[in-house]
Amino acid sequence: MASEDAQDHRIARISSAIRVIPDFPKPGIMFQDITTLLLDPQAFKDTIDLFVERYKGKNISVVAGIEARGFIFGPPIALAIGAKFVPMRKPNKLPGAVISQEYALEYGTDKIEMHVGAVQAGERALVIDDLIATGGTLCAAINLLERVEVDVVECACVIELPELKGRDRLGDKPLFVLVSAA
Amino acid sequence: MYVYKCISIYSPPSPSLSSLSDHHNRRLPCVPLSESNPVVHLRQTRKRRGSFVVSLSATMSACKDQDPRIHGIKTKIRVVPNFPKPGIMFQDITTLLLDPKAFKDTIDLFVERYKGKNISVVAGIEARGFIFGPPIALAIGAKFVPLRKPRKLPGEVISEEYILEYGRDCLEMHVGAVEPGDRALVVDDLIATGGTLCAAMNLLERVGAEVVECACVIELPDLKGRDRLNGKPLYILVEYH
Repeated sequence: MASEDAQDHRIARISSAIRVIPDFPKPGIMFQDITTLLLDPQAFKDTIDLFVERYKGKNISVVAGIEARGFIFGPPIALAIGAKFVPMRKPNKLPGAVISQEYALEYGTDKIEMHVGAVQAGERALVIDDLIATGGTLCAAINLLERVEVDVVECACVIELPELKGRDRLGDKPLFVLVSAA
Repeated sequence: MYVYKCISIYSPPSPSLSSLSDHHNRRLPCVPLSESNPVVHLRQTRKRRGSFVVSLSATMSACKDQDPRIHGIKTKIRVVPNFPKPGIMFQDITTLLLDPKAFKDTIDLFVERYKGKNISVVAGIEARGFIFGPPIALAIGAKFVPLRKPRKLPGEVISEEYILEYGRDCLEMHVGAVEPGDRALVVDDLIATGGTLCAAMNLLERVGAEVVECACVIELPDLKGRDRLNGKPLYILVEYH
């Protein structure tokens, strides 16, 4: 395990590699852009390593990643810890039989889907996304997994926007993040 | 270059498939390999409805040269008929991702090919290219650059339009992500007509990068996407006819 100093150094590099884009996708939103993190191979590797160090050897058999940026971080974690990767997708993308979970947006609703049979009851799962804001999408993902009797061990994101209180919306589910963006 | 193909014996597991035409019947050929790893060519004859019987026209010894991991990968890909519309046999890689060993083998096969080749960029096409690209990039020490549908990337972008069967679509890349002289791979789960891969290559070349190769898990060779890549090499693991 890395010493605290090494850990801090990795986190600092990761944090400074994230680019903030004002007024995207609409005025007033400070968008946390992780694409610049992906351009720094060491920082990207450190990001994955920090999650892998936390979850390796914990008997996690499923890493569920939320489309689309969860697809970038989830698979490397899954590969390193020997878990399956399960994509959670927007409607009508997955080709086979799916189960869906609707969730509330600021205006209206959206839906995420998972393939039937991808996970089995009793499996231990992580849910991965690049960022947690209000927690609505993560909540929907947790619901999908729990409906098929999967044990959601933790949610893991690179970035948290604490002011939006997404952590509270996850109820009793723990949340692990690398960077908190005020 | 003359490439032999190895075709496995297959009979459809579900009765509904027997009503499909020959063109849609599932045959899962082995990976076509380079000249240095020839595979056996098998002639197939259709003995009865819904199944194929294969006769050897050459020795099987060359098959042993094929990487043993390919078979595991090939059998994990699920074909979903009539998705997204009637007549399309959709190649579903999500079942491959459910097998940690097969998924790891997939990545390893690409990494073994590209490690130490001074590749500085792995560009992945949204969204399934995001699943295969990053693990490759991490293993070979390259940057990962997501190529996205319009209006997803938050910063300044360059766009490349491309033709669909009906209408057009557009692929975008962040300005500054790739620099002149970068050596790049383009990664997606599958190449069909090659339209999206072509747009991806154009984006990279427009900013002065060198596209070294395109890499996909699956090729649909009947759609001749390979010909659409302007002479750029294509490396794939599995063919589906």
